[in-house]
Amino acid sequence: MAARVTFDQDRCKGCELCTSVCPRHIVVIDTKTTNRKGYHPAAILDLSQCIACGSCAKICPDSIITVERL
Amino acid sequence: MAIVYQKSKALTDKELHYCPGCSHGIIHKLVAEVLEELSFIDAAIGICPVGCSVFAYDYFACDMLEAAHGRAPAVATGVKRVHPQSPVFTYQGDGDLASIGMGEIIHAAIRGEKITTIFVNNAIYGMTGGQMAPTTLIGQKTTTSPLGRDPSHCGGPAHMAELLAAVEGAAYVERVAVYDIPRLNQAKRAIKTAFEMQMQGAGFTFVEVLSSCPTNWGKTPLEAAEWVREQMVPVFPLGVTRDIRKEAAK
Amino acid sequence: MAFELWKGNEAIAEAAVRAGCRFFFGYPITPQNEVPEYMARRLPEVGGCFLQSESELAAINMVYGAAGAGARVMTSSSSPGISLKQEGITYMAGAELPAVIVNVMRGGPGLGTIQPAQGDYYQATRGGGNGDYRLVVLAPNTIQEAVDLMQEAFDIADCYRNPVMLLADGMIGQMMEPLEWHEPERRELPPKDWAAAGLHGRGSHNIINSLFIDPLACERHNNRLQEKYRLMEQRELRFEERGCEGAEVLFVAYGSPSRIVMSAVDLLAAQGVKAGLLRPITVWPYPYERLAALSREPSVKAVVAVEMSAGQMLDDVKIAVGGCKPISFVGHTGGVIPTQHEIAAAALAALGR
Repeated sequence: MAARVTFDQDRCKGCELCTSVCPRHIVVIDTKTTNRKGYHPAAILDLSQCIACGSCAKICPDSIITVERL
Repeated sequence: MAIVYQKSKALTDKELHYCPGCSHGIIHKLVAEVLEELSFIDAAIGICPVGCSVFAYDYFACDMLEAAHGRAPAVATGVKRVHPQSPVFTYQGDGDLASIGMGEIIHAAIRGEKITTIFVNNAIYGMTGGQMAPTTLIGQKTTTSPLGRDPSHCGGPAHMAELLAAVEGAAYVERVAVYDIPRLNQAKRAIKTAFEMQMQGAGFTFVEVLSSCPTNWGKTPLEAAEWVREQMVPVFPLGVTRDIRKEAAK
Repeated sequence: MAFELWKGNEAIAEAAVRAGCRFFFGYPITPQNEVPEYMARRLPEVGGCFLQSESELAAINMVYGAAGAGARVMTSSSSPGISLKQEGITYMAGAELPAVIVNVMRGGPGLGTIQPAQGDYYQATRGGGNGDYRLVVLAPNTIQEAVDLMQEAFDIADCYRNPVMLLADGMIGQMMEPLEWHEPERRELPPKDWAAAGLHGRGSHNIINSLFIDPLACERHNNRLQEKYRLMEQRELRFEERGCEGAEVLFVAYGSPSRIVMSAVDLLAAQGVKAGLLRPITVWPYPYERLAALSREPSVKAVVAVEMSAGQMLDDVKIAVGGCKPISFVGHTGGVIPTQHEIAAAALAALGR
């Protein structure tokens, strides 16, 4: 399934809640990046695995994730 | 191309001040999504408390009032009596609602005040730095119960959903959680039901949301979510404690 | 217009309804109970809402909500109840919400007594709650005046977006007097486009709030409030002078004691002593300048302040007189009412007679 997932990474606080609810375990914390707040933001490893369920976006306390089904 | 999830229009663009992983952000979203889905953004009036969510007036896109500590249900009463056709909600934490505001919330329920209260129970005072709350669990360590809450000294946790379920004026009372997607979906359904029943004039509606406070619990957000599931849920069982529609059907 | 006999508390309530007040939130306390009782009967007749709250704290916060939602709203109470309402009053001053608060004062401190007193002067004129704020405080001495001031009270509140207090003593609330209903003058008022009444198409949301977490923002807000209070001082000052020209004795009194003072003025006149009265109608703002000028008149030998308290307005009298003339004080507390004889005797003593 083709999906687009957008992370507003500068607003991410790296809480990891999104990583815990992804059924495909593809949402991770990108430890190579540090955002302007000083957090390692969340990102998706392999978008081709995404089923566009929206779970990561639903639980994100800071509403930084947008999920689209293409 | 279809949007599966995007930020609700009932939230402003303001960045939330909450700590990483704090449930307030999730609960804000659920309330906002319900306001948007019910087309209430244009008419709703919200009342925020004193506590961590004191700045909620900056985050909800509808008209908002900031209340004194614990008095949100009284402020909401004034608002609702002036605008009986408007959806009116309070958003309150456990110190605000179950401690200093216990009188106001019980009497709002007794009057059957046609408002919706979102009660965020994280078993601790967040903003003031982790003091014991009325909902702190027995044995839970806080800055003012450093040896753990001792029921022989200061009693046990207040069960607001059960307490309010005993009040005749309450139309709908449910306790929910947001630590995983099924629980989160149920929490949103409860909030939606509460707003719908408010606007049907059923009476006072109340949703208690078990919530995590990673910072003051000294846990990571994931550990904190787990603590809600393992420690809080057994003490504060999830589910509907009062629904006058079901009682009428009996 | 014909005269009608009205009880003070009921007349105050009716005057509020005639001034357009449609919402009342309150809690029973003696000696003001006839205000909520009257409102409970009367407001539904005009499409308004009366609600008896569970406490004074709840009542004033309901007023905060109704005022914040754009309504013309009031509450009433008596001294211990007003103390409880201070929380909401300071929040309303901070959030700039208009409302009228009636205080039918009784004796204190604590539970005190249910008899008339004026012991809440400091609380009323210095804000009363936390922070730097003021209320316009109207202190009638007849039921007619209380009624006549009610429209003004609501209009002043709306004009400045600030709570206004009607400060009556238990005597004004409980006695009956003939009064005439007049069509009051109404002020041009700004629209309440700031109210949290729902967006209804408005582009940005309205927020009712007294929190300014940034020190500079909080001080800016306070400076703006202070400018507003200076404007109130310039525009809302009210007082009455009775026989002050050529007076040897200058009385200063407000509310019910001012009427007893007028009897003392007659007693003194019979003994050849000319006495006059300066009566503040607003106790905040206070007529400092006028009292300063009157006390500096060469004819004035002594200033006598009369209160039903241990001497609270006396501080303002001292500020105004500034040591230029001797000041005597006649005061009673706990519901004891000063007599014209002791007031006259105090004046004679002040003159050394």
